[in-house]
Amino acid sequence: MDSTVTAGSEENVWGGGNRPLNASYGKLMMWFFLVSDALTFSGFLASYGFSRFKFIETWPIADEVFTHVPFFHGNFPMYYVAFMTFILIMSSVTMVLAVDAGHRMMKNRVILYMFLTIIGGAIFVGSQAWEWATFITGDYGAVETKGGRILQFVKADTGERAALADFAKTLPSERQELERNDGLWFNQGASLPSYSLKEVTEGLKANPNILIRTETITETGEKTLLTREESLSKIKDGALVVEGANLVRNEYGSRLFADFFFFITGFHGFHVFSGVIINIIIFFNVILGTYEKRGHYEMVEKVGLYWHFVDLVWVFVFTFFYLV
Amino acid sequence: MAHEHKLEIFRGLLKFKSNTQKIWGVLIFLTIVTAVEVGLGITKPEVLTQNYFIGMKLLNWIFIILTLVKAYYIAWDFMHLRDERSSLRRAVVWTPIFLVAYLVFILLFEADYIYNVFKDGFVKWNF
Repeated sequence: MDSTVTAGSEENVWGGGNRPLNASYGKLMMWFFLVSDALTFSGFLASYGFSRFKFIETWPIADEVFTHVPFFHGNFPMYYVAFMTFILIMSSVTMVLAVDAGHRMMKNRVILYMFLTIIGGAIFVGSQAWEWATFITGDYGAVETKGGRILQFVKADTGERAALADFAKTLPSERQELERNDGLWFNQGASLPSYSLKEVTEGLKANPNILIRTETITETGEKTLLTREESLSKIKDGALVVEGANLVRNEYGSRLFADFFFFITGFHGFHVFSGVIINIIIFFNVILGTYEKRGHYEMVEKVGLYWHFVDLVWVFVFTFFYLV
Repeated sequence: MAHEHKLEIFRGLLKFKSNTQKIWGVLIFLTIVTAVEVGLGITKPEVLTQNYFIGMKLLNWIFIILTLVKAYYIAWDFMHLRDERSSLRRAVVWTPIFLVAYLVFILLFEADYIYNVFKDGFVKWNF
């Protein structure tokens, strides 16, 4: 039974100096902070699950949303997110190695491993920023119906997604964006999409190869593809053209999907960012020899706990947001 | 501060010579698990997507179990819970597990109920 330790029997239990968990005050507090932070993240992920179960038949399929890899064109579902996961696990490893070197009082090794950890964290935050940018820009464009549902377009012959630019007609029309310097200074219109609804509708009518895909998921786990006749009648429900994503609407499907994406990965990204900052502070402290003078590297161990926690949370975000 | 490390993983099946070696070993294990997850996520074998167990696809069960396995090794070996007193370990691990299981249980049941209200109600949502 090693569940508790009692210091010498003559010592007064309530007099202080007794450490029943055999961990220092700072380390215990870090653990308790992590427990409460874990509960915050669980709250987010559980509410994501709530919304998803609520709209289980129409929720976007993550594989079809996150298909981009920087510098490459084409359809690569999940590859980049898997790479990001690997980077974060790798930086976790260098962090443990730093803690391990700290236990053995090897200052130069701690410096090296802390440095690598910071680099890994920076790559991860950068990748996440890139993911956000790609997500916000969008790729194919869609039409939102009056009821707030998203209609996407598919090429009938290949089954590939069709971008609005592939089929929309360019009609002579006057579309003008309301800017702050026109009319009343406090009025500003929404930014105009590349094509008007009319141009998309006419393009769909003129191009027999384009079909509409609705949000509804079929029994085989794919989005419902409408026939040509159904597509032509469905487009009449269209209300506006949507390109990319913001907090109000997005071209991928359910509005909540983008909201949760921004909220959960944003909150996690903020944790990674603050983790990198804390790591940098500790990194400089190590270089200055603060812990060498103090006689132990427990501070490295404490930030290490925080850093691993960020990794741990990502493992769950990865599963519940991207895989399941 | 636990300076002495327990060097066994997989319940003693694999024993490492030093802490550094154990760290690399755990990294290899975690990488394999992630690769399996991504591989399954891309190929989506029909056997796993067409069969259900307690209302969830087998594939999703595999993902969730593998995630918990990864979380276990990150917490036990990277965060050195393996080397801590069992009382600290229990306080840190079981508290969130209990609260999260409870939260997920009530939220998902409620969501399923709302889904049915939307589905069977007389208000049209898809137009």
